[in-house]
Amino acid sequence: MDVLGRYRNLIVLVGVLFAQVLGLAVQVKRTTASEPTRLIRVWAVGAVTPLEKALEWMQTSTGNIWHNYFYLRGVRAENRSLKAQIERMTLEQVRLSQDAGQARRLQALLAFKEQFISQTMAAQVIGGSGSESSRSVFIDKGYSDGIRPDMAVITADGIVGKVLHADPVDRHVAEVLLIDDQTSGVGAILEKTRLQGILRGTPSGELVLEKVMSDETVSPGEQVLTSGGDRIFPKGLTVGQVTKVSPGTEVFLNIRVRPAADLSRLEEVLVVTKIDERQAEPDQTGAARAIDILAERLPTVPPKPEDAAKGAAGTAAPGTVPTGTVKPTTVKPTPVAPTTAGSDAKPKAVSPQASAAAPATRKTATAASASGAPSGTASGLSSATPANSTGIPATKPAPKPVKVAVPPPPKPQPAVEDAPH
Amino acid sequence: MAITYTSGEQVEVYRFSIPATILIPLTAVFLQAWLSKRFPFLTIFDLPLLVTIGFATARRNPLAGLFTGSLIGMLQDALTINPIGLYGIAKTVVGFGASSLGIKLDVENAGARFLLTIVFYVVHEIVYFMIARGLVGLHMAWSWPHEFLSGVANAVLGIFVFMLLDRVKQRT
Repeated sequence: MDVLGRYRNLIVLVGVLFAQVLGLAVQVKRTTASEPTRLIRVWAVGAVTPLEKALEWMQTSTGNIWHNYFYLRGVRAENRSLKAQIERMTLEQVRLSQDAGQARRLQALLAFKEQFISQTMAAQVIGGSGSESSRSVFIDKGYSDGIRPDMAVITADGIVGKVLHADPVDRHVAEVLLIDDQTSGVGAILEKTRLQGILRGTPSGELVLEKVMSDETVSPGEQVLTSGGDRIFPKGLTVGQVTKVSPGTEVFLNIRVRPAADLSRLEEVLVVTKIDERQAEPDQTGAARAIDILAERLPTVPPKPEDAAKGAAGTAAPGTVPTGTVKPTTVKPTPVAPTTAGSDAKPKAVSPQASAAAPATRKTATAASASGAPSGTASGLSSATPANSTGIPATKPAPKPVKVAVPPPPKPQPAVEDAPH
Repeated sequence: MAITYTSGEQVEVYRFSIPATILIPLTAVFLQAWLSKRFPFLTIFDLPLLVTIGFATARRNPLAGLFTGSLIGMLQDALTINPIGLYGIAKTVVGFGASSLGIKLDVENAGARFLLTIVFYVVHEIVYFMIARGLVGLHMAWSWPHEFLSGVANAVLGIFVFMLLDRVKQRT
């Protein structure tokens, strides 16, 4: 009894340590998938996150007041720069939409199934774990907002991680496991070589692409994308860039990857709440018949002024170019898309005179656009705009062309007969 | 003016009010989580550990020290993705050791606190490393220079944290 009293502190220490080790052993043995959240976690998160939310709100509000009302220096210059960027991107979009349309048609032929991010939810990062050995963050959206475990978390730059905990008990907060944590794993693919591997975090917080054989050639600078194999991240999202390639310990390469998203300075993220998987379908908005394309690519004969005037008189509605006709010389006054990138995207009707003079210019721009070389001119923009929605070479004005069911004889028909009423 | 002695019978023992006992560890855990998100390099600091050492050395009661360390550690564990108990075990050991040492040594001056913090930081990291690697199976990297420098950084911060704790502690 005296011995117990003498070593009481030591006995209690051993008891407390034993209890914690036992608790650890139980937790390690359980699988994480079916493990319910510990009550202490709920309490700790419940105690800490309201403060974090409040501080985040105060900081955001103060920052907004400062940036939106006081610190507006350089806004005009930035606005000009952004407008120029929009113009550049509009041209780029034309080219990309043509490629996408072609890809969709090919995918439809192959009965290819794609995954689409159909719904996301924006969330704000309110705190971290505070530990070097645990790379996770808390976001201000939780179970009540539709967040569930294993949902992908991304930013505009690249993927961030997946939702680890989103519990009904703590409904307004979720914990996100970052991709640079050592317990994380992401199915990844190299963009050029199409080599697949598993992206893992290291204890020091670096990203490593594993399971790529050492006899493969991988170059630094190559982009890494998600492969979709993990069933969490849809295929094709940006992961990062290869920074270093060296021989690994076994038959695999040691590939270091720099994440595209800045994981140490996350502010806002997007949680992918819904992913659709559907078969790719070609666009139904335009009839991409060979005869149509051929008709548009035939050499252009400038219309005579009287033809244009006559056509203008007989035109019931704009945008009634008979696409089934072979000779496009009887083109009626058609609407053209905006002539400047910054204007409204809706097509506008132009005067007959302008219309009469337009076809030659339009055809030239169309050819350039179809060959993937944006002209950069106003007409190039206008003629190319419809391709965004049709996915076929940008040869038609914005309103839907009338489809002729039976290929007509080469005799040109008045446009009014084909126009929908 | 705190009276410090090296004799176990004459040593000054302090206590903390209930609000301070609850709020200070909570604040430390909160700041650890929040600041590390804003400033990632701050993860080298371990505010909950400094509070554990500060409470233990002031109270000079091994039982109080180990329970305080255990609770603070588990609270810290709860915010991570790792099993609960990793920080709990490490801080239990530190709480017990710091309070036991506080009975025998003068830990009221800045120099002693500085050295004490370095020693207990390294002890904390060793215990954490062993448990995480041996029991949980985490891959951990160990670097003596990194641990030592982190210990020095924590010791510098610890001096200020202990000064703040001195303001709220009360004589028994």
